[in-house]
Amino acid sequence: MLRYRRFEMAERVVAPEERTAAPLPEPERAREWLATMMLIRRFEERAGEMYAKAKVGGFLHLAIGEEATILGAARALRPGDYMISTYRSHGHALARGTAPEAVMAELFGRVDGCSRGRGGSMHMFDLQRRFMGGYGIVGGNLPLAAGMGMACDYLGTEDAVLCTFGDGAANQGTFGETMNLAALWRLPVVFLVSNNQFGMGTALERHSAVTELHKRGESFGVPGLRCDGMDVADTFTVCAQALERSRSERQPVLIEARTYRFRGHSMADPEEYRTREQVEQWRARDPIVSFGQRLSREGVLGEGELARLDGEAIERVDRAVDFADSSPFPEPPSLYDDVYVLGDQVGGWYSVDARTPTPHRGEDERAMPRHQLPGGAGYESEHTTSTARPIGAVQGLPDETDAEESDAEETDAEGANPDRARPDRARPDRAEREG
Amino acid sequence: MASVRYREALNQALREEMHRDEAVMLMGEDIGVFNGAFKVTQGLLEEFGERRVRDTPISENTIVGMGVGAAMTGLRPVVELMTVNFSLLALDQIVNHAAHIRYMFGGQVKVPLVVRMPQGAGHQLGPTHSHCFEAIYLHVPGLLVAAPSTAADAKGLLKAAIRDDNPVIFIEHEYLYGRRGEVPEDDDHVQRFGEAAIRREGSDVTIVGVSRMALTAEQAAETLADEHDLAAEVLDPRTLRPLDLDTILQSVHKTNRCVIVEEGWPHGGVGANLAALVQEQAFDYLDAPVARVTGADVPMPYSKPLEEIAYPHAPQIVQAALATLRDV
Ligand SMILES: Cc1ncc(C[n+]2csc(CCOP(=O)(O)OP(=O)(O)O)c2C)c(N)n1
Ligand SMILES: [Mg+2]
Repeated sequence: MLRYRRFEMAERVVAPEERTAAPLPEPERAREWLATMMLIRRFEERAGEMYAKAKVGGFLHLAIGEEATILGAARALRPGDYMISTYRSHGHALARGTAPEAVMAELFGRVDGCSRGRGGSMHMFDLQRRFMGGYGIVGGNLPLAAGMGMACDYLGTEDAVLCTFGDGAANQGTFGETMNLAALWRLPVVFLVSNNQFGMGTALERHSAVTELHKRGESFGVPGLRCDGMDVADTFTVCAQALERSRSERQPVLIEARTYRFRGHSMADPEEYRTREQVEQWRARDPIVSFGQRLSREGVLGEGELARLDGEAIERVDRAVDFADSSPFPEPPSLYDDVYVLGDQVGGWYSVDARTPTPHRGEDERAMPRHQLPGGAGYESEHTTSTARPIGAVQGLPDETDAEESDAEETDAEGANPDRARPDRARPDRAEREG
Repeated sequence: MASVRYREALNQALREEMHRDEAVMLMGEDIGVFNGAFKVTQGLLEEFGERRVRDTPISENTIVGMGVGAAMTGLRPVVELMTVNFSLLALDQIVNHAAHIRYMFGGQVKVPLVVRMPQGAGHQLGPTHSHCFEAIYLHVPGLLVAAPSTAADAKGLLKAAIRDDNPVIFIEHEYLYGRRGEVPEDDDHVQRFGEAAIRREGSDVTIVGVSRMALTAEQAAETLADEHDLAAEVLDPRTLRPLDLDTILQSVHKTNRCVIVEEGWPHGGVGANLAALVQEQAFDYLDAPVARVTGADVPMPYSKPLEEIAYPHAPQIVQAALATLRDV
């Protein structure tokens, strides 16, 4: 019979290490840190509400409680550095400077989303700000980060990479493989474990034999540091140190940030794996409240400034929701866009359309105007047979869409068309699944 | 034209593309000091140095993933996996990452990555070392799949693959590495993707052979001519994605019969897919059901006589072709 190690959940909360508080940056920066953490918090809260209203589909993983880890890491980066994250990455995109409008529109599945409605909550991306993506596969982003570090190195740049992942991800094969390769090839990559102490419902002690995750790189030659992931200044200081070392010594560094998520793993999490007391204990260390208090105490924030910043964050998120709501859904003819880069040297049939037995020729796709691309209502070929179904019948596509609407929509680049908002759908069985 | 072995043709392609574009670099297990498990990368470490030719640890998923990350940020990595069998460990990076990153991020990045690997049975290596996996990769939107059967195509297609902006699964064949073929001598022999080769013209039956099976199909066509007085048309698709279905359909319009030959398993195979396409697109032209000759639906056995009958040979193809002509 299987026997699980017993432990008292409530006892697990480790008192923050006794060490001197990390220094604050200059006041302007400190206020920006606080404001952006507030933005992330308010954004996540609204995202949760929008999920309940069925504006957001799929999974939604919120990072409430982890804002200091996110922002401290992001602020330690130079503009040219790459950041790469997981499926819990709305905050990372926001911290990197992606507009809340674009992140919210992505959650809503709209064309103005930062992944054009293709990725959703788990797959945010912003090339311009070198936010190299949220990834839905636990541990899948580590090799990518090492590859990006290799490219920085190969191209002779000073850029570095910061890769965040969860405590659960530290048990994937890619963790060990990537630590080894990054150390072997001396890549400028900082790996940051956001140790929120659970992989879904499996507590750290139940998924890892060695729970001090920063030590896990040692045998691969990757030095480990740790920081208080509930303290933005501490996280910043340690990440900045690590990045500096990684950049100048050509050396990966592993950082463990102890943090905690205040909400469930995703929206469908009854949280049976932890006690209310434990959650309350960690909430008492709320990274935004405590940083705000510190700024007030040290005279960085004036009277009423906290409330003002918070009001701004709320307003900003309101605007993001309005924007997302009025941004159009992607048009059905865009279904096949960007599956391939259609280069010059490729002929032949790329894709097979299950709805019409109409294969897609590379040549035709290159020559065709966008709205006639395969998958588009305007696409016809001599091969189309009677089994062809109208495009609206495609599973998962909005059935109220029709070709006329799509033409009208094209000119409306700002997406200011609230009528497009779809009626809220009931979502019957989604709460059953999680992953 | 020069007579060149398949592995040398691949080597030329790598060397020429590395000279042409500094963003091209190689990674793989034992490709450097050891010169490659099949000697495809012979001499390249010496010529280009450790920066561009990298021996990796045995970490398939991660080396492919690093190739993806590097491709997203400016390089054109060519990753060698020792054989397709080990590519199963890299399926996550190939499917969830390489193939989908461009689409899932709304076209913001491209992934110009080539993953090269040989496949094939016939060396008594048993179940874990004899796979043919064109079908697995063909299945995935976002990937391009090449499977050259001649030295000229090995070179031309690899050069095209390296220049292409999409992730390419480049499937070589262990049996073919030592075979010679005529390769154009100009150093810019690029074979476009999506153009099938007509290996032999004929009007009685179309035989489509994939990877090594293109050669076996040619042998069968000779037997059909010599012993049965039948003219088979032999096609080698060369790339499975994109697929030159036009050439295959034109041939079927002429012959009204089609046999598809592959070394891999029958269920969900290349032939299953192609048979569906042919019947969808050319039903009225067919005078017989599309026939498939495939590897046996078993894990590959070690013992020689069993292995021999577990993958296709010319006589089976002859039989299948004759069966499509039975009622004539
Ligand atoms: C390869 C893989 N296995 C399983 C899952 C399902 N899954 C999604 S999140 C998660 C927990 C990951 O925990 P952790 O790495 O600690 O990150 P956190 O969610 O705590 O941020 C699991 C098991 C997945 N997405 N990918
Ligand atoms: Mg976790």
